[in-house]
Amino acid sequence: MDKKLRIALAGNPNSGKTTLFNKLTGANQFVGNWPGVTVEKKEGKLLVDKEVTLTDLPGIYSLSPYTLEEVVARNYLVEEKPDAILNIVDGTNLERNLYLTTQLTELGIPTVIAINMMDLVRKKGDSINLKELSKQLGCKIVEISALKGEGVKEAAQAAIEAAKSGKTRPQHNFSGPVDHAIAHIEELALSGIPEEQKRWYAVKLFERDEKATEHLKLSASVKSGVEEAVKACEKELDDDAESIITNERYVYIAQLLKGIYKKKGKGELSTSDKIDKIITNRWLALPIFAVIMWLVYALSMGKSITDGGISIGTWLTDWTNDVLGGAWLTDGSRAILEGWGAAPWLTGLISDGIFAGVGAVLGFVPQMLVLFLMLCILEDCGYMARIAFIMDRIFRRFGLSGKSFIPMLVGTGCGIPGVMASRTIENERDRRMTVMTTTFMPCGAKMPIIGLIAGALFDGSTWVATSAYFIGVAAIVLSGIMLKKTKMFAGDPAPFVMELPAYHVPSIGNVLRGTWERGWSFIKRAGTVIVISSIVIWFLISFGSVNGKFGMVDDLYEDEDLVTDEYIVEVADRMGISEDEVEPMDDSILARVAQPVSVVFKPLGFGDWKPTAATVTGLVAKEEVVANFGIMYNFDARAQQAVDEETGEPLFDEETGEPIMEELDEEGSQIWENVAADFNNISDGHGKLAAYAFMIFNLLCAPCFAAIGAIKREMNSRKWTWFAIGYQCGFAYVVSFIVWQLGRLFVGGASVIGVILALLMLGALCFQLFKPYKEASKLTIQ
Amino acid sequence: MKTLRDVKVGETAKVVKLHGEGAVKRRIMDMGITKGVEVYVRKLAPLGDPIEVNVRNYELSLRKADAEQIEVE
Repeated sequence: MDKKLRIALAGNPNSGKTTLFNKLTGANQFVGNWPGVTVEKKEGKLLVDKEVTLTDLPGIYSLSPYTLEEVVARNYLVEEKPDAILNIVDGTNLERNLYLTTQLTELGIPTVIAINMMDLVRKKGDSINLKELSKQLGCKIVEISALKGEGVKEAAQAAIEAAKSGKTRPQHNFSGPVDHAIAHIEELALSGIPEEQKRWYAVKLFERDEKATEHLKLSASVKSGVEEAVKACEKELDDDAESIITNERYVYIAQLLKGIYKKKGKGELSTSDKIDKIITNRWLALPIFAVIMWLVYALSMGKSITDGGISIGTWLTDWTNDVLGGAWLTDGSRAILEGWGAAPWLTGLISDGIFAGVGAVLGFVPQMLVLFLMLCILEDCGYMARIAFIMDRIFRRFGLSGKSFIPMLVGTGCGIPGVMASRTIENERDRRMTVMTTTFMPCGAKMPIIGLIAGALFDGSTWVATSAYFIGVAAIVLSGIMLKKTKMFAGDPAPFVMELPAYHVPSIGNVLRGTWERGWSFIKRAGTVIVISSIVIWFLISFGSVNGKFGMVDDLYEDEDLVTDEYIVEVADRMGISEDEVEPMDDSILARVAQPVSVVFKPLGFGDWKPTAATVTGLVAKEEVVANFGIMYNFDARAQQAVDEETGEPLFDEETGEPIMEELDEEGSQIWENVAADFNNISDGHGKLAAYAFMIFNLLCAPCFAAIGAIKREMNSRKWTWFAIGYQCGFAYVVSFIVWQLGRLFVGGASVIGVILALLMLGALCFQLFKPYKEASKLTIQ
Repeated sequence: MKTLRDVKVGETAKVVKLHGEGAVKRRIMDMGITKGVEVYVRKLAPLGDPIEVNVRNYELSLRKADAEQIEVE
């Protein structure tokens, strides 16, 4: 054969499709996305014949034009015309599974049915006459157990044979009037269509399927002829065309199964039913849900096992950060590069720029793998669908899915896995909304910022942190309500009609594969984003021009011919600081750029280069905000020798005998005075309000680059990524603006224009919040 | 008109007609709730909505607002 065969794997969700795909292709898989949408696309080469490509279609129940997955699947089947379809059917759920089969066989593509979970059917005492079923449907049927790998090879062989055999016509018929109308439509409108595809298009025309009709480009007279035939049939059967077809399919299946499916055990509760009786029990469901969520969180991102917690993820992450990232990569690479006599700028770039950045990403990986492992287990065993069932009532008000709870919870630890956890949400609109809003949750790295502001200006009051969480949750809720009414989100309908699959023991292979796929996609995508951005930010901080000469500012400051006393005065003057506070960073590109850019933040109360520069560097990692304040307030130069906590004795390095200097602590407590003084200075004495506005802006604005990378990965679209980032920054700006401008009405010093603008913004927010909203009923795909 | 929403937990009802239109209606039918089928209302979610039903031998959850579009006898 010179032509390479292509086979499509189709079937309902939860029918064992993923397991079968893994068994059929082994490690030869390529995971990507269907063009332009966030639906995952998987392809692989068959193990039994490496020449044959198997495409895993999204799990679907039907080929309607209303959900993204179904449209993706049918476009592939109709336009790409694979050589055969391997249709996996759950034997325990024949009726609903065969409903899709009746639609697949209309496509004119040879179809092989793989009936899965027959062992469970027999266990119940039921039996299926496969021979008769095969005859009636006109396709070969292979009995398989995807989990145990039984019959999988045979199914693949059968599909290959079918692919070589050529075209088919469906066997099943509709009732008299419908058959008549369809035959009429075929004759009237479909003369130019290949014989084997006629049935598909005729049924679609009968259903008034807009997407298929558009594709055919019929003339007006033909269209009206079709409409006439449909109307006549609708009148005769007293129902709308779409319902007629759906009904007839189910009636046909029921008829078909009457003689074929022998049911023995009846009314008995299965193990799955018994489990579900407890797990989603009216009273126990929420407590059980809370315990499971706590376990997921505590195991992945909670307290490390070395600190008395149970988190394996945190323990490994700490190790990666301190040892692998900090000591080996950053310090190790520096030592090696210095040993080679590499130029200082190169050492700086590789050690402090790239490796420090990569280390920051690597550090998350263990936590994420543990988290994804647990999410995959929850998904595979069937609990994920129950989460949506339990939480739907709360979340759907904000345009989110019940499953959005997990990303939000995870987001309090780290936004990156939070964003990635949104992949379990089926509906694209809910998923996008979740991706956009998850990072509003104050993540672990934002805690030091809150600590700094609370400590420096609010005497460490706990309400600052409490309010931060409140603001995060409020931002999610308000954004959800406002965004779902925007044009961007108006397109897709969101029916919540969801199967609650039977519980089963998760398959280790599926879980490990799923975990690795997500982990690896993070390392790859977020990795590239953060490497590039770390280099850029490192460059902005390290380079600048000193007294007219461009270079690394640290080096240039050692040149006393350049850094004259007059120049120091000039810099101090420019930066508005005293002469002994001048340091190399004041001449960096970042400081120079931050100075004029800080005007943007004037209306938010912190229009000074220091908070501006800190905010910008926060894009690398939010921890950097506090560290940067440390650098800007010249903490290193003022640091005192560290003392032993118990004895109060000064500490010395054991090897070199040099005094150990104290380090800036996480919340920057040593520079609180400077921070407070500075915020008061730039805000006419309203330091508290300005600092609070600063905190809000940093909590809500664009997340760190790694999280932006994750957003880009999940959105699978440049436009949506920019929209998300733009919205977050815009929302942060508006909220901070309102807080600072209206806040001064109470503390004094309000500006008339500012108050008017703030009230206008507030009005616009309220308008969008309370504007009436109508759910869309049509799916639009760009 | 009696709808699926009015059916009590633990009771079975036969579908007479589906109201509404478009995506939600098609989805409900695609999932097997069609004219003449028997639907058993299994339970209510802990927060009172959605509901869980058994239809064509599997478990399905749908919102009360959508259940209201399903006429039963």
